[in-house]
Amino acid sequence: MTIDSKFQFSDLSDQELLYGAKTCPGCAATIAVRLALKVLGERTFVCVPACCLAATTNAYPQVSFAVNYVVTAFPATASTIAGMAAAAEMQGLEDVTILGIAGDGGTADIGLQALSGVCERNDNVIYLCYDNEAYMNTGIQRSSSTPWGAWTTTSPAGEGERGKTKYRKNLFDIIAAHRVPYCATASVAYPMDLMEKVAKAKAIKGARFIHVHAPCPTGWGYSSEKTIEYGKLAVESGLWYLAEYENGEMKLNLTPKTFKPAELYLKGQRRFRHMTEQDYKLIEENRDREWDLLKERVKA
Amino acid sequence: MKPRLIRDFHFPARPEELAFGVCTDAGVLTTANSGWRVFRPVLDASKCIRCLFCWVYCPDGVIGKEEKDLTIDYDYCKGCGVCAHECPKKAISMVKEGE
Repeated sequence: MTIDSKFQFSDLSDQELLYGAKTCPGCAATIAVRLALKVLGERTFVCVPACCLAATTNAYPQVSFAVNYVVTAFPATASTIAGMAAAAEMQGLEDVTILGIAGDGGTADIGLQALSGVCERNDNVIYLCYDNEAYMNTGIQRSSSTPWGAWTTTSPAGEGERGKTKYRKNLFDIIAAHRVPYCATASVAYPMDLMEKVAKAKAIKGARFIHVHAPCPTGWGYSSEKTIEYGKLAVESGLWYLAEYENGEMKLNLTPKTFKPAELYLKGQRRFRHMTEQDYKLIEENRDREWDLLKERVKA
Repeated sequence: MKPRLIRDFHFPARPEELAFGVCTDAGVLTTANSGWRVFRPVLDASKCIRCLFCWVYCPDGVIGKEEKDLTIDYDYCKGCGVCAHECPKKAISMVKEGE
């Protein structure tokens, strides 16, 4: 299960365009943004709504982004980048990339209608969603991207409570249903794959969407050095998938032959601590159902 | 090339010294993150094979690859330990601060 790669780590730029952010130690969102900006380069205009990244990169007078950068209202990421793209076009700027970065709450819940509008109008922007599976900035509230059974402050676990009782929203399918030119899922634990997808998105014109899985040590409850380990385990146990949608066709970048037991991924995290063997089984059953659907779509 | 901490930065003393308007310069670093650290990563260059996994996985990008040996910017390392955990040769060890 290797991924084809044309990049070498040593060829990548030494320039850091996101540096000194006040994010928690081991934050995966900064890995995703840092690597994406390495590929996109200096001529990138970034827009961030209220999210972890906006709160941690602007501690006045410190500004951690070294590119043009604007903070917008929570639901307005997609509409702001649409406006930025229109302005860039009016000014005849052709070598710039307009990038919107938002968390899963700002994408799947609050910012969804603006994002849907951008995808439908096919504005010339890239939208990157880092998915840490809850509203982490405000203190771990459940979002529609939180997986089934996870503890958050608004979906508690304990006596009579079993964490979140609903399954997560499939954002990739929602965006792919808009028939955008390019849409992908990625993970920070697979940096080559992530950077190739960003490079591919950069070369395409139109609305492009990348959904990055970003483990969060604070919200998920594991020690900070295991960020990459949990990112890998999520993919290897089939609870996250790496896929691409391009020219009306869906492609899986990595299909594990056998899934690792979900228990390996779930057991070490505080948010799944209340789970029993039966819960693991339910999660695996749901995973197998999802993968059957995925494989059917790729074949067709 | 990494942005550097501005060591002689003085916080505006009077309102007239504040940046005017809604825009400020990008990439201005006035405070360090080194105080967050409990454990400090120390690289053993003789074990390093330059696979650059630490460089790519470092959340804050503090590892530099321009020179012959990898370098670590201790001003902005938060001591999360991802580099030591992902190093296939165990060339990075986490040492407690103050020892």
